[in-house]
Amino acid sequence: MKVALFATCLVDTLTPQVARATAVLLQRLGHEVVVPPTQACCGQMHVNTGYRREAVPIVANHVRAFAGAEAIVAPSGSCVASIHHQQADVARRAGEHRLADDAAELAGRTYELSQFLVDVLGVTDVGAYYPHRVTYHPTCHSLRLLRVGDRPLQLLRAVRGLELVELPGAEQCCGFGGTFAVKNADTSTAMLTDKMANVLSTHAEVCTAGDASCLLHIGGGLSRLKAGTRTVHLAEILASTEEAVTPDQTTRPAMSV
Amino acid sequence: MSAREDVLGRIRQALGPDRTTPAEVVRDYRLTDGRPPGDPALLDLLVDRVEDYRATVLRCAPEEIGATVAAALDQGLGAGWATRDVVVAPGLPAEWRPTGSDVDDDRPPVQLAARSAAVTAVAVAIAETGTLVLDGSPACGRRALSLLPDCLVCVVLADQVAGSVPEALARLDPLRPLTMVSGPSATSDIELQRVEGVHGPRTLLVVLVG
Amino acid sequence: MTAVDLGMPGLPTAPRGVGHLRGDEPFPDAARTALRNGQQRANLGHATTTIRNKRARVVAELPDWAQLREAGRALKAATMARLDDHLEELERQVTAHGGTVHWARDANEANEIVTRLVQATGATEVVKVKSMATQEIGLNEALEAAGLDVFETDLAELIVQLGEDKPSHILVPAIHKNRAEIREIFARTIPGVDPGLTDDPRQLAMAARAHLRERFLRARVAVSGANFGVAETGTLCVVESEGNGRMCLTLPDTLITVMGIEKVVPTWRDLEVFLQLLPRSSTGERMNPYTSTWAGVTPGDGPQEFHLVLLDNGRTAVLADEVGREALHCIRCSACLNVCPVYERTGGHAYGSVYPGPIGAILSPQLTGVEDNASLPYASSLCGACYDVCPVAIDIPKILVHLRGEHVEAQTRLTPEAAAFRALSAAMSRPWLWHLTQRASRLGRLLARGKPTLPRVLPPPASGWTRSRDLPTPPTSTFVESWTREHGR
Repeated sequence: MKVALFATCLVDTLTPQVARATAVLLQRLGHEVVVPPTQACCGQMHVNTGYRREAVPIVANHVRAFAGAEAIVAPSGSCVASIHHQQADVARRAGEHRLADDAAELAGRTYELSQFLVDVLGVTDVGAYYPHRVTYHPTCHSLRLLRVGDRPLQLLRAVRGLELVELPGAEQCCGFGGTFAVKNADTSTAMLTDKMANVLSTHAEVCTAGDASCLLHIGGGLSRLKAGTRTVHLAEILASTEEAVTPDQTTRPAMSV
Repeated sequence: MSAREDVLGRIRQALGPDRTTPAEVVRDYRLTDGRPPGDPALLDLLVDRVEDYRATVLRCAPEEIGATVAAALDQGLGAGWATRDVVVAPGLPAEWRPTGSDVDDDRPPVQLAARSAAVTAVAVAIAETGTLVLDGSPACGRRALSLLPDCLVCVVLADQVAGSVPEALARLDPLRPLTMVSGPSATSDIELQRVEGVHGPRTLLVVLVG
Repeated sequence: MTAVDLGMPGLPTAPRGVGHLRGDEPFPDAARTALRNGQQRANLGHATTTIRNKRARVVAELPDWAQLREAGRALKAATMARLDDHLEELERQVTAHGGTVHWARDANEANEIVTRLVQATGATEVVKVKSMATQEIGLNEALEAAGLDVFETDLAELIVQLGEDKPSHILVPAIHKNRAEIREIFARTIPGVDPGLTDDPRQLAMAARAHLRERFLRARVAVSGANFGVAETGTLCVVESEGNGRMCLTLPDTLITVMGIEKVVPTWRDLEVFLQLLPRSSTGERMNPYTSTWAGVTPGDGPQEFHLVLLDNGRTAVLADEVGREALHCIRCSACLNVCPVYERTGGHAYGSVYPGPIGAILSPQLTGVEDNASLPYASSLCGACYDVCPVAIDIPKILVHLRGEHVEAQTRLTPEAAAFRALSAAMSRPWLWHLTQRASRLGRLLARGKPTLPRVLPPPASGWTRSRDLPTPPTSTFVESWTREHGR
């Protein structure tokens, strides 16, 4: 299958290794990966902060960039949820009905990584090897907007060498929430503290999730505390093999891509 | 313009000239429990649910109601209670009443607070939720009767036990003053921990017939 | 008055200077203070965890919960679409059964009506059933200003009233207090209380019972709210636990019920849905201990004078918003508060309104006009837990986002934030400019001086992040850039 990869603005800019891992994984599974060079953002941050008018040209750019793609995959539950639940709405509200229809149509072919692997490709064992103790945080938008359910866990359970440990209070938000993390920094930090306490209680080496944004938040907190646990995106774990495992896979930007 | 006209006018303005016609409400939830009222399994369910509220259930045959009411009062008030301390609904069948008990009349309701226990019938019971419904009929008595005495004994007949909330509501008259009772009065206001017994009767005893 | 085109001047919102819908400070500031209250956070964490688990257990028990929830949503939507007709029918039926119906445009008018009705009885004391509507309009303060003594009879409301505190939860207004704190309040404020009073919840409940019993027995006037008002029969419904509601609804000569206009339901049968949804969602019980219904006046049973006050106070302004009007579907179960990670940590006072938590964050700004509560729609991480538990499926996150949009679009001057978002929008919709912007972000590498993270001390708004979390140093190249370099266009 020819898969168009939507890196998302945050991954592309701050954690490019997550998009790289997604591409590597899909290629290893025998699919052709294309990366439309004019892609930028889904518009979620604008919509969720109240700038829905300003989001419309961003949505238009996204629709232009991915026009004609057979399947679009993004390593982010949150961005895919926005594509599914917000893009057409903001376009329609602005009177851009043609754009709204196109966005809705494109949304129908857009998948979050774990959904794409399990539902579209029908694989749970992607042939990965990851010899670490890992706990999984189900991000809110994956969990409640996309309903990815236990698909990420199915994928993780099939990874060789990986010891999966259950995260207490897993379904509680980590406190990221986009601009919430800055506008309500204190409350966000209080939520983060509890999430980190739960993560640390597992004694996992790695906390993983399907959203780089939430991992940036949890990882930023753990890093500030000088905690040993690091955050690694699900795509990076699934992309890892015996040959390619590196000692320091984290969502901190790799110095070379 | 009156407040009435003003508020109604605002509603019409809010909804606009071409308000959307609402879609038909689909009632595809369970309308009945599937078991007829009085089904033995429903009676067992009612007992389970009522006891879960820390109320007491005494089961008996139809001819044992009077004796069982007395036994319930023994439990609720302790042996040796005075029949004058027990007030019963005016329409309660004579054979259910403890001999010599006080029959409620049109006295000021606050006087009922001086009585230790009340005995009433019910209009309907709901097995799934462990609820008794009193409807202000002579057998159930006025609302104050089942409220002020600290111990309440309710007699439930088998065919009054409906399975579900929809079945029970369909059997009730919405123009009567209804009281749905699910266990003794309770509060969860302190640390969301349920504590039985606040302003309403602290003891609820159910005599289930059949 | 006939229907008026939308686009006419907005409908009146709840007036300022009366009632409790507006806080003294924005949510982030109030939250900062609240978050430091470790005791409150412990109390809230304990209580919300308890109730969350209870709710989940009894909801899972019903095989048709999803169908009931959808029916509840549809019933509310259908009711709002014909709200005027249903209210007129309710008025007809209540009147036909011996009650008197009053209409109040806002809090001031409702307070005047109730005060006048109480004064007409000659009573100087009023007993009250816990009611969100009367808290919203500040009725207690209005009655007290008229020289009347007001007694809250719900245990939690009593704790709040005796502690000279404010309610912090829709269902359990004293949820922020633990048993030891409640014991202290009772020991200090209840005259003649047993000096040996312990913090056992049962003992505390008994102390409240003893304190209020005399008041119930001598009360001549009661004020209540209503959970539901059935249009076709004129039946009012109050759902409660302690029996204080029954005392107020049954013993006094006069009953005055203040009901928001959105609480009407068309038919008696509709209660078969709501009486299943509400108790399981609110206290996590299969059924609450007591539900009372009455239609007008019943000779020989209960109050012989009944007044129903129908309250607008901004509700019609909410109704005018096609997206936001769903907030009027709320049945005040408070399940959304109990699952909200923000509420659990900040508590209810931080919201500044009697309606806290997720539902408050969409209801309060709409009742007052969004600019009077502009920080509330942002008081959420949009995690969506509230929508999942809402028994009438109010899409709270969607309305939060909608109200953020309303707030942004209400600004007449360009804020720095708006300027930044506009610039970012311009960049994110033009690939060449976006790539330039991404490259510019690499200037952050200079700040990092070769370290994997940026310095902690950055200017706002970045400081909001870096005060408590590290921010990674931007990489040398974006993914799209390097991929395109490797693979060509």
